[in-house]
Amino acid sequence: MIDATHYVALSLILFCLGLVGVMMRRNFITVLMSLELMFNAVNLNLIAFSFRLSDLAGQVLAIFVITVAAAEAAIGLGLIIALVRLKDTVALDEADVMRG
Amino acid sequence: MKLYDFIWLVPLFPLLGAVFNGLVSNRRGLSKKTTQTVALLGAGAAWLYGWAAVLQWFFTEDRTEPYVVKAFTWVTGGDLTIADGSTAAVDIAASFQVDPLSAVMVGFVTFVGFLIHLYSIGYMHGEPDRDYARYFSYLNLFMFAMLTLVTGSNLPVLFVGWEGVGLCSYLLIGFYYEKGWCAAAGMKAFIFNRIGDFGFLLAIFFAFHFFGTLEFKGLFDAVASDHGGHFGTAATIVGVLLFVGAIGKSAQIPLFVWLPDAMAGPTPVSALIHAATMVTAGVYMVARCNYFYQLSPTAMLTVAIIGGVTAVFAATIGLVQNDIKKVLAYSTVSQLGYMFLAAGVGGYIAAIFHVVTHAFFKACLFLGSGSVIHACDGEQDMRKMGGLKKYMPTTFWTFLVATIAIAGIPPLAGFVSKDAILAKVFEAGYTDLNHFGGIYYLLWFLGLAGAALTAFYMFRLVFMTFYGDFRGGEEAEHHLHESPWTMTLPLQILAVLSLVGGVLIGFPGQLFHLEGWSFIDRFLGPVILTHGEHHGHALSFGLEWGLVILSVAVAAAGIAVAYRFYRIDPGFTRAAHLASRFPLAYKLLLNKYWIDELYAATVIRPTLKLSDLLWEFDARVVDGAVNGTRNLTVGSSWMSGIFDLEVIDGLVNLVGTSYDVASRQFRRLQVGFAQGYAMVMVFGAALLLGIFFVVNL
Repeated sequence: MIDATHYVALSLILFCLGLVGVMMRRNFITVLMSLELMFNAVNLNLIAFSFRLSDLAGQVLAIFVITVAAAEAAIGLGLIIALVRLKDTVALDEADVMRG
Repeated sequence: MKLYDFIWLVPLFPLLGAVFNGLVSNRRGLSKKTTQTVALLGAGAAWLYGWAAVLQWFFTEDRTEPYVVKAFTWVTGGDLTIADGSTAAVDIAASFQVDPLSAVMVGFVTFVGFLIHLYSIGYMHGEPDRDYARYFSYLNLFMFAMLTLVTGSNLPVLFVGWEGVGLCSYLLIGFYYEKGWCAAAGMKAFIFNRIGDFGFLLAIFFAFHFFGTLEFKGLFDAVASDHGGHFGTAATIVGVLLFVGAIGKSAQIPLFVWLPDAMAGPTPVSALIHAATMVTAGVYMVARCNYFYQLSPTAMLTVAIIGGVTAVFAATIGLVQNDIKKVLAYSTVSQLGYMFLAAGVGGYIAAIFHVVTHAFFKACLFLGSGSVIHACDGEQDMRKMGGLKKYMPTTFWTFLVATIAIAGIPPLAGFVSKDAILAKVFEAGYTDLNHFGGIYYLLWFLGLAGAALTAFYMFRLVFMTFYGDFRGGEEAEHHLHESPWTMTLPLQILAVLSLVGGVLIGFPGQLFHLEGWSFIDRFLGPVILTHGEHHGHALSFGLEWGLVILSVAVAAAGIAVAYRFYRIDPGFTRAAHLASRFPLAYKLLLNKYWIDELYAATVIRPTLKLSDLLWEFDARVVDGAVNGTRNLTVGSSWMSGIFDLEVIDGLVNLVGTSYDVASRQFRRLQVGFAQGYAMVMVFGAALLLGIFFVVNL
């Protein structure tokens, strides 16, 4: 029987994969994709507990997260274009002008 | 109109002259003609107005009381408590008085003063215009001061004149101030006068303290109404202190040394100020304040002793001097001594009489010597003169008349007044005045000896100057000339007065059983305070004549010795021989008893030492303190600057530096990698979660 514990465990694995991708990958696009993965891990977690607790508020919140993630993806892609125009690359470690 | 209501005009006229000559003529360098006209007008107006006013007063007023004219209120002070416990107001008026004594003084001061102004025109004609104006300005100013002195009706006004004549004396002695020794002589005169003035000033204070008034009339009445004799001490204090003033002004021992040096001034000045008028101010003042002395035997004796000793002391110095003016200067000191000798035995009238006759013959002698010096082109050493008789006859005969007068040959002026003095002194011994009879006899003897010395040194002067052959070299001989009329006219007038003046004003009636024939005795009588003791002469007729014969014999002896040494012995070998036989005595006299050196050693040098010391103190300690304060301030502000720079600025910089250093460390946090920040965020969140777990366990 698949219960909430399995969903949470899956969500945790997905979140960690996304987190490692965000922190480790040099490619800005991959980072963005990893970020989506983390969002969806959170969504999965929200829905799992919504289902488990029979409270629809979790699923509503998941819809909001998907909306925000869409907006974030749009901004992220805009940043990528700006970076490419500025540095002619999508490597994230090239964007270090704010180094102290 | 009563002219004597405006008696203050008499001093005012010369003051106007002085102001004009001093402020206009001298500044603008006006011509000599303008200067001398103004000066003569000032002195002449004083003379004419003074005589007219005095004559009118003489014939209209009661002459036993002084006629006081108040010009204006000078000082209005509060009440002071005086010696007897009552209060007296300090109200001093600039008031003037006409009384017999001031009438006599105004009479001869204005007259002799005018003559000397006239003489000065001739004597000073070689000066530049400005100096000429300066000279006459001083001379007029002197007339103003002297006339204020003799007409003032209280001690403060007299003091104004007293200081004024001292000032003019200083200015005129130092007239040739480019020569250092003239300026020094002026300073010496002024300082010696100041010493005396100190006594005078104290006397004024004491007079007010004891009597509550400074008016001569008030003082006279206060003293005259004293029947209990309880003013005796007060009179002694005031009298002696006044006499200290007189000692300074009239050059008596011990303050006489300034007068011989005062000869540095132009000769007419020596005649007017240092022989005829100013130096007699002391005698005038003692006669004016006779009531104090009449009450105090001590003060009288002091005056008599100082006068008598000075008379002989100065005469001995005069014996050997070679400078023609120095001889006359010591002669003046000696004659002033006679006057004080007379005043000291109560013969105030005889003293004033001698003042007047002395003014005639001594002014004549000084003016004569001026004429001689003028002819000899400034030479004053008698050893380089001689035989001037034939070059300057007028000067010679006037000088001779005055010399005979001072030597005391009857019936010339000097004889009459000097004999009156000696008779007075002898009388004081004879009547055992104040029980000091023995001392008065001794003083009389000194006076007699002085008379012989006077006759000797005066004829020595005449023989050395006018007889024999000229010793000044051939070139100087060509320049010898008689002086212009402005110089010889005063000489002739004064010579005539020396001849007959004595008999005219003070006929010695007692010698001819004609008591009361002496004008001056009757005239000045009311001025003198008498204690009601019997008047007239205590000496018998025979004794009077005996004294006269004795003094004439003594004078004749003096002349004879001078004749033997300096007339029939043209090379003065006998005099030189005598000097070499008594070298010590000769040196003593020639060096004026080393009095100047004595003062230099005892007073002047210690004073200079003291002022050096004070200067050192000033330079080292006072200046040192000032500089020390400065150094302290500089040092402390330097330290304060260091503190400011190091500590205050250091703190401010430390704040800045610490931020700098800290921010250097903190900026390392800003790695600039988005992933770095993410990592920090993740670890931070993990940390928070960890803490959360630990706390919630």
